[in-house]
Amino acid sequence: MIKVEDVHKSFGEEEILKGITTEFDKGKTNLIIGQSGSGKTVLLKCLLGLFKPEKGRIYYEDKAIQDMDDEEQRRLREEIGMLFQGGALFDSMNIEENVMFPLRMFSKQKKADMLERVNEVLKRVNLENVNKKFPAEISGGMQKRVSIARAIVNKPKFLFCDEPNSGLDPKTATLIDTLIQEITHEYDITTVVVTHDMNSVMEIGEKVVLLKHGKLVWQGTNQEIFKTDNEDVTNFVYSSDLFKKIREVQLKEG
Amino acid sequence: MKYLQDIGSYFLMLKRVFGSFTKTSVLRHLIFKEINDLIVSSLGIVAFISFFVGGVVAIQTALNMNNPLIPKSLIGFATRQSVVLEFAPTFISIIMAGKVGSFITSSIGSMRVTEQIDALEVMGINSLNYLVFPKIVALMFYPFVIVFSMFLGIFGGWVAGVYGGFASSSAFVSGLQEDFIPYHLFYAFFKTFVFSFILATVPSWQGYYMKGGALEVGKASTNSFVWTSVLIIAANYIITQLLLSS
Repeated sequence: MIKVEDVHKSFGEEEILKGITTEFDKGKTNLIIGQSGSGKTVLLKCLLGLFKPEKGRIYYEDKAIQDMDDEEQRRLREEIGMLFQGGALFDSMNIEENVMFPLRMFSKQKKADMLERVNEVLKRVNLENVNKKFPAEISGGMQKRVSIARAIVNKPKFLFCDEPNSGLDPKTATLIDTLIQEITHEYDITTVVVTHDMNSVMEIGEKVVLLKHGKLVWQGTNQEIFKTDNEDVTNFVYSSDLFKKIREVQLKEG
Repeated sequence: MKYLQDIGSYFLMLKRVFGSFTKTSVLRHLIFKEINDLIVSSLGIVAFISFFVGGVVAIQTALNMNNPLIPKSLIGFATRQSVVLEFAPTFISIIMAGKVGSFITSSIGSMRVTEQIDALEVMGINSLNYLVFPKIVALMFYPFVIVFSMFLGIFGGWVAGVYGGFASSSAFVSGLQEDFIPYHLFYAFFKTFVFSFILATVPSWQGYYMKGGALEVGKASTNSFVWTSVLIIAANYIITQLLLSS
């Protein structure tokens, strides 16, 4: 579980996060949603320790990241898997080396054992026979899956995903969403996904947190999102024609 | 004010480069890779430039010797002094600022743009140690490139001088041996070490702290070349003043 308490973050004069307080539950896919510029990615980077909030605390299980010394923070990061928006695979390494990278850095396993684990996670994300290919030689969807494999290879306790299905076709996007949810349940980890894709909200949003102008304006499940009267939620959810029509049908059917 | 901030961030970067080391087996692999990318792959261009510039120095010296009283051995002497003192250590370093410096900035800058550096940091890896330290170690082998350049520069001078009909081989070789001061080699290699550190760290700083997209990677590479060259020239002046002027 990750607990966020009154987190503030500014860049120069501009305050991006204005006192965010929430919890991200273990064994669930927790979604941070909101329009572009609402502070989703900044919050994610604060959670990851890439940005330091000026005020507020972020707890990983029971310990605040602000109270951890460098060694504790380093150990915490070994327990974190991250799926970046663009995949962030290392261009100079092939797929096998990319996925093996966290194991090479942090484990003392023999190469054969590492390779076995790499093949196991690649198979888990439905990728086989790509070990010797380089990131530039595979599609965007496959890169995302390799990135997921790299994120889970070291059996993390926390998985973070930054817009995991941006730039993907709807079918591949659904596949990635489903994979993230399956992995969350299978490994019983705390997953935090930043997205503005309503399909993702409907597919995997076991807990949804809505940000607007750096403030948390609503939180609940993806089932509750259609029932709430919160104006910010309805403005966000029904900004697309498709969801407007769904809303009309729902209202007609009572 | 911006310059002061940049200087501060450069020294803070150096502090982080030497803190929290990456696993030795990984680092060893990275160092060999950097030696190949930065040193071995530069030998071709260094050989080409050194040979022909050495030849040009010899020809120009010969063509400017109108007085028959000046011995032909001066061609060898002038070639040796020009190549050992300035051409090989300083001007090859300027060329390397273009070749190696731009490569370092663009490779680290691309990693910044595509979030690969963030990926390293999220994994708990000291990205500066992982990316910059192997480059500093690899460029400690840079003096070997300069030895190679010195040899080929003088050889180019010998070929141009002898086969161009400007001096006999014995006169050229005698000029090479004339008034040889070993301290000049110390001076040349001392500044080469300083330049190698500048070559490894300034382009890394430019790439690591760049912001933006692909266009900014290009701009950072250009800035990297400009600033690395400026610092090499400035360091050259200071070192020359300190080591030779007495």
